[in-house]
Amino acid sequence: MEPLFFFLFAAIAVTSALLLVLFRNPVYSALSLVASFFALAGLFVLLQAYFLAAVQIIVYAGAIMVLFLFVVMLLNLGHPEALEVATGKYRRVAVVLLGAILVAQVGIMASRNLDFAPAPENPEMVMDNIPYIGKLLYTDFLLPFEVASMILLVALIGVMVLVKREKKSE
Amino acid sequence: MEYAIESLIKVAVVFGGIMGGVAYLVLAERKISAYIQNRLGPNRVGPWGLLQPLADGLKFLMKEDIIPTHVNKVIYLAAPAAILVPALMGFAIVPFGDTITLFGYQIQLQVADLNIGILYILATASLGVYGVVLGGWASNSKYALLGALRASSQMISYELALGLSLIGVLMMAGSLRLNDIVTMQASYSMFGFLPRWNVFTQPLAFLLFTVSAFAESNRLPFDLPESEQELVAGYHSEYSSMKFAMFFMAEYAHMITASAVIATLFFGGWHMPWLIDPADASLGASLLKVLAFMIKTGAFLFLFLWVRWTLPRFRYDQVMWLGWKVLLPLALLNVFVTGLVLTLAR
Repeated sequence: MEPLFFFLFAAIAVTSALLLVLFRNPVYSALSLVASFFALAGLFVLLQAYFLAAVQIIVYAGAIMVLFLFVVMLLNLGHPEALEVATGKYRRVAVVLLGAILVAQVGIMASRNLDFAPAPENPEMVMDNIPYIGKLLYTDFLLPFEVASMILLVALIGVMVLVKREKKSE
Repeated sequence: MEYAIESLIKVAVVFGGIMGGVAYLVLAERKISAYIQNRLGPNRVGPWGLLQPLADGLKFLMKEDIIPTHVNKVIYLAAPAAILVPALMGFAIVPFGDTITLFGYQIQLQVADLNIGILYILATASLGVYGVVLGGWASNSKYALLGALRASSQMISYELALGLSLIGVLMMAGSLRLNDIVTMQASYSMFGFLPRWNVFTQPLAFLLFTVSAFAESNRLPFDLPESEQELVAGYHSEYSSMKFAMFFMAEYAHMITASAVIATLFFGGWHMPWLIDPADASLGASLLKVLAFMIKTGAFLFLFLWVRWTLPRFRYDQVMWLGWKVLLPLALLNVFVTGLVLTLAR
């Protein structure tokens, strides 16, 4: 049962990620990104990372993508097929380069032994991963955790400064 | 196999219960609003108008289904489903009773017992906004778009207060599982007779959560996405027939889930103080616990209706002000005070 669900979610994730790039309409692109997030959340559930799955939905699908979608929708009003074909001097070079990277990644993954369900290193984490994550964040990963919160704070203050400056010049 | 059958039966019971609840909640809304306004309300179909939901449902099905020519068809058709599905999903983890023993099986009265419980509720609540946004945009009409714009900003603003107000409850229970939270409340603490319901220990969190739940389910005084006087019907202006009914059902399903969650988190869920021993697992006691849960949920549903027909609508900037400058700081204060008290009491 589990491999079946894995392939289902993996197929949805890859397909919607491809559609995200291929759709001409940016609203459809944004929606396929949401579908991709859902499939990733499903993969997290299969890995018994329930907390990550819930956070993936709440933060990415529920908050960030809604704002994203709305900006796209407001910009896209009136002309549904607005997105021009992406042009650029180095477009073909970029395609070849990214394709090579993708092939290399798949090759590396394939050369490893694809063990389907590796034994969990920390059985306590599988039982109840929220206290475990909390403990890790405040002990082993305290520095990255604080650095990340500082970055967020800086971004927040940056937004305030930008908005305020615009008002003064009026 | 037995587990699968048990789950399927529970899903069917909960789904049927919510759909029936939605139908009769609409009737209750019309009746209660009528009595509040000194009218009689629907009383032609069946005794006391009790068959009115059937007539309404039939009417919705028989009405002509109009798809305007200027809409984005794919998204226009997907939006009603996108709003109804998350609205129905939320109830899956609400324990509507303790265990019940039927035909020798011990059955947990809850569709899914997740240990990330509350996060699942927040996740489904945050997904509800997609149907509104997509429906409003795909309708390709200015009223629908304005409604969708208001809905998305309102729901995102109040989600923060909704989530943060629960942190105090989580700190008290030390778990996200709704079953643990109910079990913790099913005892007596202060003065020996008061039940340990979270509403007594976390009154501020209860208030914040209830206000945010009103805003999340787009009910008055926060029904700006619809606001009939300015926006026709807001995001579902261009919908007709059963597709309109799906938006309507989603709103009422949201109300039922919100009431059930408030009853579970703050009023002890199925716990009936003084009358039923929480450890009593006989059939009668189990059914009485389900009844206690339904009465509590019903009381909050009545509150939803009562508020709607009593309070006027907020202005848009007032809604934003309340969400960001009142509820959010108060929720943070609640987290701080709860943490301080728990640390000092240890």
